[in-house]
Amino acid sequence: MRSVHALAAAALLLLPAYDLASAGEPKQGGILRVYHRDSPGSASIHEGATYSINIPFMPVFNNLVIFDQHIAQNSQDTIRPELAESWAWSSDNKKLTFKLRQGVKWHDGKPFTSADVKCTFDMLMGKSQQKFRQNPRKSWYDQVSDVTVNGDYEASFELKRPQPALISLLASGYTPVYPCHVSPAEMRTKPIGTGPFKFVEFKANESIKLTKNPDYFKKGLPHLDGIEFTIIPNRSTAILGFVSGKFDMTFPTEVSIPLLKEVKSQAPNAVCVVEPINVSTNIIVNSSSPPFDNIDIRRALALALDRKAFVQILFEGQADIGGTMLPAPGGLWAMPKEMLESIPGYGPDINANREEARKLMQKAGYGPDKRLAVKVSTRNIPVYRDPAVILIDQIKSIYIDAELDVVDTAQWFPKVARKDYTLGLNLTGNAVDDPDQSFYENYSCGSERNYTNYCNKEIEKLFDQQSAETDVAKRKKLVWEIDKKLQEDVARPIIFHARQGSCWQPYVKGITIMVNSSYNGYRYEDVWMDK
Amino acid sequence: MFAYIVRRLALMLVTLFGISVIIFVLLRVVPGNIVDILFDAAGFVDPTDKANLEKELGLNLPIYQQYLNWIGGLLHGDLGYSYVSEKPALQEILPRIPITARLAALALLFSASIGIPLGVLSAVHQGSRLDYTLRVVSLSGLSLPSFWLGLLILMASVSMFGSMPIYNPNPKTWTEAFAIYAVPAMAVGFRSAALTMRITRSSMLEILRQDYIRTARAKGASEASVNYRHALKNAILPVITVIGIEAAFLIGGLIVTETVFNIPGVARFLVEALRWRDYPIVQNLVMLIAVVVVVANFTVDMLYAAIDPRIRYGD
Repeated sequence: MRSVHALAAAALLLLPAYDLASAGEPKQGGILRVYHRDSPGSASIHEGATYSINIPFMPVFNNLVIFDQHIAQNSQDTIRPELAESWAWSSDNKKLTFKLRQGVKWHDGKPFTSADVKCTFDMLMGKSQQKFRQNPRKSWYDQVSDVTVNGDYEASFELKRPQPALISLLASGYTPVYPCHVSPAEMRTKPIGTGPFKFVEFKANESIKLTKNPDYFKKGLPHLDGIEFTIIPNRSTAILGFVSGKFDMTFPTEVSIPLLKEVKSQAPNAVCVVEPINVSTNIIVNSSSPPFDNIDIRRALALALDRKAFVQILFEGQADIGGTMLPAPGGLWAMPKEMLESIPGYGPDINANREEARKLMQKAGYGPDKRLAVKVSTRNIPVYRDPAVILIDQIKSIYIDAELDVVDTAQWFPKVARKDYTLGLNLTGNAVDDPDQSFYENYSCGSERNYTNYCNKEIEKLFDQQSAETDVAKRKKLVWEIDKKLQEDVARPIIFHARQGSCWQPYVKGITIMVNSSYNGYRYEDVWMDK
Repeated sequence: MFAYIVRRLALMLVTLFGISVIIFVLLRVVPGNIVDILFDAAGFVDPTDKANLEKELGLNLPIYQQYLNWIGGLLHGDLGYSYVSEKPALQEILPRIPITARLAALALLFSASIGIPLGVLSAVHQGSRLDYTLRVVSLSGLSLPSFWLGLLILMASVSMFGSMPIYNPNPKTWTEAFAIYAVPAMAVGFRSAALTMRITRSSMLEILRQDYIRTARAKGASEASVNYRHALKNAILPVITVIGIEAAFLIGGLIVTETVFNIPGVARFLVEALRWRDYPIVQNLVMLIAVVVVVANFTVDMLYAAIDPRIRYGD
């Protein structure tokens, strides 16, 4: 079975490479027309937490390092230099030094120096005078004690303890370098970067326009003259626009499986791929108040899940089942299948699992004559609502009568943060396929995104242990152990990991959709059009 | 007449004041504000950052203070800043008004130019095959939701012509320019055309049975003269009322039509602003719509007097 997975992974990784190689010599010019699913709140990637911002604005910027834009699976082996020419860890793995590229200019003509790197990360760590209105990824830099510079072209990250994952966090589309001389407010409306495309305009609810940066430091790039995003919130109109040829590309990873069939039938020449997006659909259980303070009821809940049914109904079989970390072949840190199936609730015999769940419910005082009435809270968006309805149906089998409680989007996270829910259905997206990003953010004691208040000091020690481990094989084993324990503790039962489709016209070349993150693959510097 | 106009204008001001209070309070009653939405996207709420942002946007002030700030600004021509784009609200709203105005005007034109003649035809040929056909068409116009009709038009357009008339700010040909407004205008105007047709028909039927119509015929007036000079002129008052009311209700249809045809007008912008709880945009846009509705009603009243000499507003 493992060899099948390995083969699938290899095919997955080679496919985009084949697309690029078969495309021939890149042609210059043309405007890439893409529809955008909604109007992003701002143009500042650092202040956003949605790929609605990354996709149109990642081409404006550069990072110190970036995941290779043509290898679908992001990993430390695929990290490439960008504004940094090279990087090196100190012998104690507590200092990461970058040699910076010289002669790079911001879009307003000012030179890029190490001061910009320091400014950006000081702001992200909350150490500078200038503040972001929002700083959703501040915790990524918890282990960074300081960013120091040595001259104009060297910057170092001083760490409190070794954290090999830091380089992956720096390679995310979420980690561009900002210019020191432009305020956060201006970056929200008129972003200045060093990237392959310059910002032209952002008309809310209408369009976002980028134009070629003729002074881009990578000679000969970008190939395109510009990129235009037309904001079309109505999915049907957007898809019809793509089918009729008004757009060269759909919004990446936004085409659902049923819609993909429509696209393929109406535009048979379109190139479409379906990839994991590293977003898990999970159950949040308020374990601090009855009845879910009882571990038996939480375990019964986990045992009642028929994950395959969710995948079949919602994705026609095209989604993945796993633990916290994204399942293979897309995911790097997934537990082996045998280990996953040994976790209660993941075994193939659903009837046996539910029988065990019913026994646990009876032990807790519930049964056919005394059913537990709860509300399943979720956001009022189809991707949340639809699985919540299936969940309600499934837990009926273990004496739980649940009622759907749809919550307005504006109220969802405030409600969850107040712990004003009993049972909820939530989606968790991961920008980087790395345990540091996932574990600390979602499961560490006191983390703002640890909605369930799960707190296990023993497992927290393991978080730190895996985070500091430099040997990848050893780290992987630790991660599997942690992931298994999280599922057994019913910390946040994972139901499935979604897959979504992306399509583009056959003349668009050089697009690679990442398989383990939907936040990192949109630099578009070497995308071109064969027409 | 003059005193009547002055009274109506004073009433308009009172109405607008009432609307401004209602909009303002209702917006604050709706759960969540822009800060909640921004933090919602981040997936968590940082209480310190939230408080800072609320202070920055003035959302921490007492509600009456916020209202006075808004009205004070309005009176000085300052509509405030959009919370989302951080641009002046006027700069965001102004370019979108002509787009929606053009669409609304075309929709009303379509409604009147189709609805009135077909209504007359239907009434004149009462009980004929033509009458039944037109009544079925008008019933379907009333029952088909405009978003559904819009999507159907787009799908048919893609299927038959391989292209679709969605908004393009720089149309290349005049036919494209016409299509990007005319097609959505037809989608949204179909419903009011149907309503106009039904009202015209029933009003005409009532008038055609009047004694003076029989007298006109007896005097040898032609059918066209009887139908259009004598009957329609007297049957048109309720039709004008309906068109006036429809103009006010059009904004509802425009919201969905602008969404389906991806037209960046004020109607769609209003919905987006509401989603973001972008108070300055929503408040000012709703006020603008209220002004349009109040003025449209006033205009209709004035039109009555212009069209029917029997109507005189007393002092």
